This record gives sequence, structure tokens and C-alpha cells, in this order.
Amino acid sequence: MNAINIRLSRSKQSRSDFALEVDLTLPNQGVTALFGRSGSGKTTLLRCLAGLEKNHQGQIAFNEAIWQSEAGDFLPVHKRPIGYVFQEASLFPHLSARDNLAFATKRANKEESVIAYQDVIDLLNIASLLEQFPHQLSGGERQRIAIARALLIQPKLLLMDEPLSALDEGLKKDILPYLEAVCSNMSIPILYVSHSLDEVIRLAQYTVIMDQGKIVDQGETQYLLGKLSTSRYTYQNTRFMIIGQITQQDEQWGLSTLSFGQHSLMISRTHEVIGDTVKLQIQARDVSIALSANEDSSIINRLAVYIDDISHNEADPNTVLVRMMAGQTPILASITAYSAQKLNLAIGQHVIAQIKSVAVLR
Amino acid sequence: MLLSSGDWTAIWLTLKLATSVTILLLILGTPLAWWLARTSSWLKAPISAIVAMPLILPPTVLGFYLLIFLSPNGALGHFLTNIGISPLPFSFTGLIFASIIYSLPFVIQPLQNAFVAMGNRPLEVAATLRASAWDRFIHVALPMAKPGYLSAAVLGFAHTVGEFGVVLMMGGNIEGETRVLSVQIYDHVEALEYAQAHTLSLLMVLFAFVVLAFLYATQKVNKQKANIGSW
Repeated sequence: MNAINIRLSRSKQSRSDFALEVDLTLPNQGVTALFGRSGSGKTTLLRCLAGLEKNHQGQIAFNEAIWQSEAGDFLPVHKRPIGYVFQEASLFPHLSARDNLAFATKRANKEESVIAYQDVIDLLNIASLLEQFPHQLSGGERQRIAIARALLIQPKLLLMDEPLSALDEGLKKDILPYLEAVCSNMSIPILYVSHSLDEVIRLAQYTVIMDQGKIVDQGETQYLLGKLSTSRYTYQNTRFMIIGQITQQDEQWGLSTLSFGQHSLMISRTHEVIGDTVKLQIQARDVSIALSANEDSSIINRLAVYIDDISHNEADPNTVLVRMMAGQTPILASITAYSAQKLNLAIGQHVIAQIKSVAVLR
Repeated sequence: MLLSSGDWTAIWLTLKLATSVTILLLILGTPLAWWLARTSSWLKAPISAIVAMPLILPPTVLGFYLLIFLSPNGALGHFLTNIGISPLPFSFTGLIFASIIYSLPFVIQPLQNAFVAMGNRPLEVAATLRASAWDRFIHVALPMAKPGYLSAAVLGFAHTVGEFGVVLMMGGNIEGETRVLSVQIYDHVEALEYAQAHTLSLLMVLFAFVVLAFLYATQKVNKQKANIGSW
């Protein structure tokens, strides 16, 4: 049983409280995002896993180990093999950055240490910050030290509670690459709480959507985003992902070809080499639908697809969301209800999806 | 204006009393302040009230009840006499006992404030870093509450040095045993030795000023640190 099993429930204690009702099995590898708006219960769920919340009934099992049981077993926080990154940088103010890290290394399980000190320092680029005290560091620097500290405790599971939410936009952009490096270099499973779709798309292979204390949907991030029902949780920012390999580099026009299944897209020349995997993020409003493959258009990316699902946008009744399949890959288009009516779009119909612009995630 | 040997004895006795009381209060006050800072029990209000009572009660009232309570015929005094402990009133030990109660709020409140200001987060962080409850207290809570301990020690010490009413009720006026500085000054005035009373009083005024100036100076520094801190 190699997975993280969580079954928790708690009834409302007061009117401002919410009921957490969760039965969840999560992969014990890669990055899993807990996504939802604030107050959806995702942070509470993470705190339950860490053992920081005690008043929830249920069972939590990590692989073979029982952390909490219906019978009342409760493994205290400091005995759980976790690392925890809090929303705001939570460095001990009376210790230098180096001593904050030493706080973890001193208490880490030395027999099972797999994460090397120097690797963590290099990964988060913090060698030059170690002599500083927390109040001398910027918010982003503090958070990098906090992430390093959580890794140096040698966790078997890393829990991150919106580690970027306390930072301003500019700093977020600075830290995201470090987080991506942590996520792709660490062999331990990571649970990442976020209300930012951008972070989820960049970091998580698997996503769980929460709302009002309940799990509303879950699945591989790419396929979850490609479901129309997901759009009600992403609001105006409905978007989807394409993951493919670079198969061709065109020097003359500065274009790269990205292939996925039987399909391919042209994107502006990337630094990647042929064979590399590239992740694209596309806004549903940047995709339009044509009934025939008209060649008289400036749009170069046209995919032969079929319509799989259509729904009205709950936030805006004048737009319609259309889900099309390019092989196994979902493509979403946000079009006006007027166009949908005029083109007489129907499920099962073969159409051409025209993609105006793509963003390469790296 | 030279100090008499009686003055020196009183000064020495006062310092000995204040030091013992401060050390004992910091040790005893820590668990109490910790509990008051974190509990949500209904007992918090009545216990806080009891701790704060010496702030508003006349010291003579406090001294009077302690005297009754601890005298060989009193509730606790009777028990202590039975187990072979000599009566506490009119002894140095009795003075320590009374001063601990008298100065309790001056030590509890800075400690409690420090523990409250720290919040729960540093302790949660330490727990996720495999620190047991004791480890968290020693290596996170104590160092973070250091300014609170400094205030508590200074206030507890200074307040004990300045007590008079409780001492007179509980300790009486025995040279080398219970005749502390404030009582010595009172004696000088009674005997119309104004010069000597002046010398000792001036010493007390200077002491109070230096202590408070030091306290406010360090509080300012700590506040600045807290403002740019990472919490």
C-alpha cells in the first residue's frame, strides 16, 4: 500500500467554521496540488496531515505507517517524517540562516538521510545568505531558507502551504524556478497547497480541487484542467496544458515543432533540443473554432479535432466553453454563445481548433 | 554622609532578599505564565485575578493575611510547625515567601506577554522540525522570550527592593534578619536621623531611575527588532 490515505471528517463547530469531509488517496510520488480558493479547507487538510490539527476524526496513513486512526492513535507532529513550508517565512528570528538550517540538521534522522546539505544549498542558491539573520533578508530569501530547512529535516513527505502567497508578484517570479527545481530534483512526494492556477500548472502533475471542505475533483493536472467542470473553479482564467516533445527546429523562421500524439504545434524557437519535453499553457480565449481547414489565415496552429463537450460559462452566460480532443489531449476554447449558435456546434462534430498564442512554461 | 554598619546590613539584606525572590519567581513564574499565555480554560480569569491582586491590595492587607495564615496557629503555619519547620513570620524565609506573592504580577505579566507575542507559529515550526515539546520550549520559546525575561527580572527585583508594608507586617524589624532598606529608612526618620534617611532615600531614587531607564531603553530596541522581524 504505497500511497497517502486520508479520511477525515469534522462537523461544523460554529457558524464561521466549515465542515471538513475528505476521503482521499494520493500518489506517494511527484507533486500533488491541493487547489481551491481560500477557505476551501486545503490548508486545514495539510495541517491535519502534519498533525498540527487535532480535532478532526478520521484516519491518516502514509504508506504502511498509521499517523492517525479512528481508534484515537495520533502520532505527534515531531514524530511524523514530514517537512513543512509555511505560508509566511517562518524562520526563527533569534537564529542566523545557518543556525536555522542547523536546527533541522541536528534533529534529522541521520540513518535515513538522502538529501545532501550542499545539494540543498546549491539548489536554492543560498550559500551567500547563511550568515544573515532573518530580519536582514528579503521575503523571498527568507522563504528559500525556509524551504531548505524543510528539506534538511530529511522528510519522506514535503508539505508546502502556499509558500509564495505572502510574496509580491515580482518575488513570486524569482522563487518559482527554485520551487520547480525542488519539485523536479527531489525524489520525495510533495503536497502543494495553492489557490494560484499558475503555480499548479507549473509544479503539479496531480491536482485535487477542494471547495467548502470537500474534494470536488481530482486527477492528472493536464486532464483535470481539460475538463469543462473544472472551469468553474478557475473562473475567468480557463486554460489548459499541452505536454509534448520537440521534434524539429526551424532555424530560418525561428520556430520549433512540438509533437504530442498524432498532432503538432509550432512555437517560437526554444532553448530545448530535439527530444526534450516541453509544457505549454494556453488560454481558452486564445483558441477559436473553424468548421473547415481554411489556409487563408495568419494563425499557424490549426489542429483537426472533434468536439467532446460543450457548456455555458457560469460566470458569463454570453460565452460558451467547448472541449475538443486532439487524440488524448483536451483542447479548450472559450467562444461567444452567438458563434456557437451560428456554427451550429455539436458534440461529436469534427472541427479545426485555431490556437492564437501559447505560453511555454519553463 | 557615611553609611552606618546598620545601613550596610540593611542594604546587604535587601539585595539578598531581592536576588533570591527574583530567581525563585523566574523559576516558579515560567510555568504559570506559560499556562496563562496558552490556556483557554475558564480558570484563566480567576487565576489571573489572583496573580494581579497584589497590584491593587494595600501591602498591609496582604501582609496581615500572610501573617495570620503563616503564624503557628494559622492554617499553613500550623501544618509547617507540625512537620518541624520553624514559623515563617519574623524570619528571612518568611520575608522571601511574602515577597514572592507580593512581586508575582511584576514577573508573570512580562513573561506572559512575551509568550503571547511569540504566538503559536514558532512552536509549530519547531514541531515540524522534529523538536519535542521540551526541546521546543528550551530552544525556541525561551530564547524568543528573552526580552520578557529581562523585564520580568528587572521589575521583580526592583519591586522587591521597594516593598515596605508587607515587610513590616510579616517580617517586623529585626536587624540582619528582616530589617531591609525601606524599614531602615523608616527607623532613621522615626529617630529624626534625617541625614542618614536622606542618604539611603537618594540611593533608592537613583536605583529606581537607573532600573527604569534601562528597562525602557531595552524595550525600545526590542520593539524595533520585532517590527522588522520575520513573523
